[in-house]
Parts: sequence; C-alpha cells; structure tokens
Amino acid sequence: MSITQPAEHAALAPRPTRRRRLRLSPRLVSLLQVGPLGIVLIAFFALPTLIFLVVSFYDYDRTGIYPDFLLDNYRELLTSPATLRLYLSSLQFAFIVWGITLFLGFNIAWFLVIHVRTRVMRTVLFLLCAIPFWTSGIIRTIAWIPFLGRNGAFNSALMDLHLIDRPLDFLLFSPFAVCVTYVHLFTLLMIGPIANSLSKIDPALLEAARDAGASRWQTMVEVVIPLSKTGIALGSILVFTQVMGDFFVVKQMSGGQSASIVSALATEIQAMQYPPASASAMLLVLFVALMVAGMMRIVDIRKELVR
Amino acid sequence: MRHHARRPWTFYALAMLMTLFLLFLYGPMLVIYILSFQGPEGGVTFPMVGTSTFWFEEILRPGQMANIPAAFGRSILLASLVSLLTVLISVAAGMGFRRRFPGSGLIFYLAVASLVMPSLLVGFGIGLGFQLFGWQPGLFTSALAAQLTWTLPFGLFAMFAVFNRFNRAYEEAATDLGASAWQRLRHVTLPILLPGILGVAMGSFTLSYDEYARTTLVAGNRNTLPLEIYALISSATSPTLFAIGTVTTAVSFLVIGTTLALVIRLQRRRAAALR
Repeated sequence: MSITQPAEHAALAPRPTRRRRLRLSPRLVSLLQVGPLGIVLIAFFALPTLIFLVVSFYDYDRTGIYPDFLLDNYRELLTSPATLRLYLSSLQFAFIVWGITLFLGFNIAWFLVIHVRTRVMRTVLFLLCAIPFWTSGIIRTIAWIPFLGRNGAFNSALMDLHLIDRPLDFLLFSPFAVCVTYVHLFTLLMIGPIANSLSKIDPALLEAARDAGASRWQTMVEVVIPLSKTGIALGSILVFTQVMGDFFVVKQMSGGQSASIVSALATEIQAMQYPPASASAMLLVLFVALMVAGMMRIVDIRKELVR
Repeated sequence: MRHHARRPWTFYALAMLMTLFLLFLYGPMLVIYILSFQGPEGGVTFPMVGTSTFWFEEILRPGQMANIPAAFGRSILLASLVSLLTVLISVAAGMGFRRRFPGSGLIFYLAVASLVMPSLLVGFGIGLGFQLFGWQPGLFTSALAAQLTWTLPFGLFAMFAVFNRFNRAYEEAATDLGASAWQRLRHVTLPILLPGILGVAMGSFTLSYDEYARTTLVAGNRNTLPLEIYALISSATSPTLFAIGTVTTAVSFLVIGTTLALVIRLQRRRAAALR
C-alpha cells in the first residue's frame, strides 16, 4: 500500500485547494501510476525467472548448490528419454483439452452473445458459467472422485437406467478423468475472451452477410471466425498454458498412470535438486513462451485489450 | 435488436449444449455438497447412510483437522490483503495505460508472461531467490508476492475491460467545470468505475483464497487453507474432506454473492438517478 499511495498523490494534484500547482507531464503521470505494478512484476516475476535461469547452470550435491557455469543440467535433461515422454504426454492432453474447450467455449459464447435476447438473462447465464471459476480448483478436482468412481454417482445412474450392467472402470484415475477435469476447470477461460470478441461484432455485418446470400455456415467461417480470432487466440493461450503448467490434476486424477512436466519438476524440487529443476523450468518456460509468441503473431493482443 | 418471430434450429441445439454444460459444471460439485451431509456411518460415495452434520463438526474437533480453522483464518487475512493491494495497484495501472508511455510495452508483456507462467515455477523462482538472499519465506512476504504475480495481471486486464467501456467525456466535463485532478478522481472517475473495482476486489480475493500452486513452495511454516486441504487429500478418506469443500465453497459463494448484490444495488441506484 505504501508503494501506491505516494504515486497516486503525486500523480494527481497534491491538494484540492491549490489547483494545478504541480503539473506533471502526462507520460510521467502514467509512469507513476503504472510504477507499482511494474515494480511488483519485475521483483517477483522477472527477477525470480532470472534466478532460476542462473541456477540452472549451477553445480549441486546432496548438501547444497554451488555457483558454476555447467551445461550438464541441460545435457542430462535434453538427452533423457523421460523428458520427451513427459512433453509428449502433456502436449497430448493440451491438444485434446484445447479442442474440446474451443468447441464448447465458442458455441457457448455464441449462444450467450447472439441468441440470448435479454441482458439480464445473458448476465445470469454468464455468471453461472463463471461462478465455479471463483471457487477452489482443488475442491472442483476432487469433486469428480465420488462422481466418476467405480461406485460413483455416474456409474450408479447408468446402472439404474440399465444402460450398463457392470460399472465402467476407465472413468476415474485415468487419462479420461484428467481430460474431464481440465475441461471442467478451464472452459471458462475460452468462453470469456471469445464472448468478449463476439460482442464487439456489429450485428449489421451478420445481416449483410445473410442479405448477400451467405449460408449460416459461410457467415460463420467467412465473417464471424475471422472477427473473433483475438478471443480464440487469447482463450487458446490461457487453456494451453494452464494445461502445460498443471501438476495437481494429473497427480490426483490419473491414478499414477500419467505424469506431467511440472509434477516431475516438483519431485526434483522436493529432492532439493534445484539446478536440474531450474533447467527443467527454463526448458518449460522457453517452450511455453515460444508457443504463446506463435499464437500472438496471429493477433495483436495488446491492440485488442488496451484501446 | 434482432427480434425474429421464430428461433432457428441452432438456437435449440445451443440451448441444449448450454444446459448440458451447466449440468457438467455443477453436477460433481453438487455430489460433494450432498455427500458432506453423509451420516456418521456413511462413506465417501453414495448411498447416503442417513444425514447429519457429523463431518462438519469433525472439522472443529481437535485432532487431525486441528489446523483447518487456523489455516482458514490465515487464508482470509492473506486474501483480504492481496485483494486490497490488487485493487490499488491495478486501478492505478489501468489509468496509466490509457496513454502510451515509455516502457508500456514491457510492462504489458510482463503481465501477460506472468499470467501464463506455469504457476509452480513462480513460487519456485521466488523461493530460490529468498534462499539465495538468506531470507525466511513467509505467508505475508514470499507467498503474498507469489499471489500478486497472479492477481495483478488479472486485475490489470479486468481494468482494461472496465476502461474500454468508460466514457472519457465525463472526465473532460469535470475538468471543464473546474474540478481539480483529485476532485475529478474522487467524485467522477472512481464512482463510475466502482462496479468494476468491486469485481476486481472480489476476483482477486477468491483467486488468492483458493490459490495453491504458486503458494505451496513459498508459504513458509504456516499453511493456507488450500495447502491444508491438499495435505488432507492423500491422508483423509472420510467425508470430512467434502465437508471442508462445502464450507470453503460456501465462503466463496458468500463473497461472490455479496459483491454481486452490491454491484446490482449500485447499478439500480444509478439507473434511478438517471431517470
């Protein structure tokens, strides 16, 4: 708090009675307003990232870590078959979940923005989608256990309906359960940005496309999707990075069948093997950064967000 | 707007999808709320063996759950602090970003990067830093910092959305009428932004209150509620875990509900004033 208050006061004239005694240039005002954010992000995000970049070259043994410039951590990481396996497994989850959340997110956003007629109804439905996002992810994850389990609610319901005569085993503690939980946790990250993009489309454009003889499908492909690609890209980035960075869901829901990049990394951290953990972290950061940069080439997110 | 007499078939298909999605979203959560009222003899799955508040009482009973109430208190305190700081810092930053200024691109992309950074790595980096400097990690130092790297970008982007709908003419009118910069902020800009600011306060509170991955490596020796819950998952196989889940979700709902009620009241009052 003590960081922001002086900035605010300096930025906006010091006393209401003596107006405009202190004139700061608009750019300086902006700098002072954004300053606290910049300080926090540099001190607690950029600097720690630099620290594990540096530590990734360190030497280590069972008692501590030692400043050095070794490439061994990276060599071991990049030549280990486990690394490739983890990345392939996480990428597989990421693509499946991306596909499902994109389908769900786009259709639901479209329904909310275009089909729902009253503002109140739209707000209510959007809130219904958003509220679970503001509750605990851990609880939402374990909530699937009594639902999907062998004697769980879903199996019981299917048995009662005589659709199956033995409980389905693949539902829980399987890659299936991991995907279901991801979709449950992350679909909102797709709905939000896409709904935001769709709501900016002028309805007259859709009318014009129809008047010009475009079918529903053509209007969708030629008009709507190009105009909502910022939302699609933003949602994709969020879902993709969440899945790649997850370690809790895979650990809880796969029943030990799958590991994720970060869960393997957490094991190294628990063993206090900080330099190899740092090297794994750097590799993941680079990987995620490249993917995000690739998606940001498609759209100028900044232009879209900051008017 | 578009008032067609008949809905196209896509409406019905999408309404169906929406309904199924909401069932998917709330179904499993409802199951654990119901199971948390399981009778004392019951287990972690259906059928219900009677109903009771036994598992809720279990939370407060000394023993395995001893840390839960204390951790809950710490979580509320930390979330309040995170929420306050996020509002102050991101509202100021949102205003600053309305102009181009040197370094604006850098800060913007730092915020994006901070948002997409794998969560555990943020805590790992901060933890390493604290270790290198010989500092002791703590809830209100390193954990607070780690959570801010998550709530601040969220707050900033929320403020962008708020400012996108903000009409600067009101500010200009205030200046033309002789308001000082401070008066303009206090009596014009902030009141107009208030619903958005409440949204940021609520959002950052709940994000912090439920945060696990960024906090786990830097919380020091006193746990937050999500960390306690995480520790319980592997050890506890009784409906107590569901009872804790029901309580913590109820707290989230209370925060969300209060904020929504406040925002709706504000907007009603505003609409009434305009009439």
